[in-house]
Amino acid sequence: MIEVKKLIKRFGMKSVLRGVDFRVERGEFVALLGPNGAGKTTFLRILSSLARPSLGEVKVAGYSLPNEAAQVRARLGVVSHMPLLYGDLTAQENLEFYARMYGITEYAIRITEVLDMVGLASRRNDLVRTFSRGMAQRLAIGRAVLHDPEVILFDEPYTGLDQDASSMLDEVLKSVAAQGRTVVMTSHDLARAEDLATRFDILTRGVIAASSSREALGSNNLLTFYKQALAA
Amino acid sequence: MTNFLQATFAVFRKDITAELRSREIIFAMMVFSMLVIVIFNFALELDPATRKEVTSGVLWATFAFAGTLGLNRSMAVEKDRGCLDGLLLAPVDRSAIYFGKVLSNLAFMFIVEAFVLPLYSALYNVNLFNPGLLLVILLGSIGYTAVGTLLASMAVQARTRDVLLPILLFPIAIPVLLSAVKASTGFLNGVEMAEIWPSLNLLIVYDVIFTAVAFMVFDAVVEE
Repeated sequence: MIEVKKLIKRFGMKSVLRGVDFRVERGEFVALLGPNGAGKTTFLRILSSLARPSLGEVKVAGYSLPNEAAQVRARLGVVSHMPLLYGDLTAQENLEFYARMYGITEYAIRITEVLDMVGLASRRNDLVRTFSRGMAQRLAIGRAVLHDPEVILFDEPYTGLDQDASSMLDEVLKSVAAQGRTVVMTSHDLARAEDLATRFDILTRGVIAASSSREALGSNNLLTFYKQALAA
Repeated sequence: MTNFLQATFAVFRKDITAELRSREIIFAMMVFSMLVIVIFNFALELDPATRKEVTSGVLWATFAFAGTLGLNRSMAVEKDRGCLDGLLLAPVDRSAIYFGKVLSNLAFMFIVEAFVLPLYSALYNVNLFNPGLLLVILLGSIGYTAVGTLLASMAVQARTRDVLLPILLFPIAIPVLLSAVKASTGFLNGVEMAEIWPSLNLLIVYDVIFTAVAFMVFDAVVEE
């Protein structure tokens, strides 16, 4: 579903990604872990067509980037630490706007389904600027799945959330993944990643330093695996 | 084509709905224009004949300054809340986003112009309700907004965006502002159409060229 070969991204003289090889099969939930500045966000921005690779091959849902970016975007949902929502529009209006941008014709029923899924049906007519951070983040997930994408990218979705909001987001993420979608999530929260993902990749110094499935981790916990990958 | 138009009008509709709630952009533009006109009114204590001569210059200076303020805010709202990424992730030709923003910025300009004209007429005792002048305002606003929206989407990426936009925009918009001032003066002073046509033609050419250039380069401008 996602195939990346020898990906290099440079900003001026600085190489942020130095030859990343990455492959995700359909239905996998991959947690992309790594320290600050490892290049996780840059990597997700390339996968989502918001940034161009300097070198290398990137394919998402069978389409290559950047040449087939529009086809990729139609099959992709993105949730970042910013909700990408308009504070002066209601939850319903935000979703209607994105439905029109994605060319969804019969969107009324779909919006109701999505608002039910993220638990915001009762707040559909409230302005997003009145939402708590957790509610905005749940609505952001609703926005990302509105067009029923095959692949979803989460970039630090737990940033700024309190314990309750994080637990609610866990449930939403699990329901999104349970629908058979391919998910890639970057996070600093190893416990949450361990709970949700089926595979763990460690990105450090611009390369994937280690990769392991949940089964292959065996009795080792994720923290040990993470520390070993960073030390290598 | 249907998707393109749908996306263009979705952006326009979203901007208008949000602005009607917040009144952030239009209110700032109106207050600013009012201040410019009042300051000019006190600064230029002129006789009625001279007032008529400077009317076009004062009007277009007001529109240009207020327009820059609006263009900056309109793109900053997208950038500050991360919504620009949301727009760019949509599977539509990115120029649809550009045209949607141009339409909404143009609507904000027209609202401010509709506020400025009667205010100016009252303060300066000059009749501005001239069909020719309204045509010039329409053409000039289109050109200014077309190039301004493109440059605002470029400037918004920079930390110094508030300073950067006027520095980029004013030199490029000089042809449209000069032609607009010249054509407006012509209509207000009852000059022969043969003398006004060159300025009107320049405005039309400028509108077409800059809209076409923006259509071609917008994708590259907003991409990282």
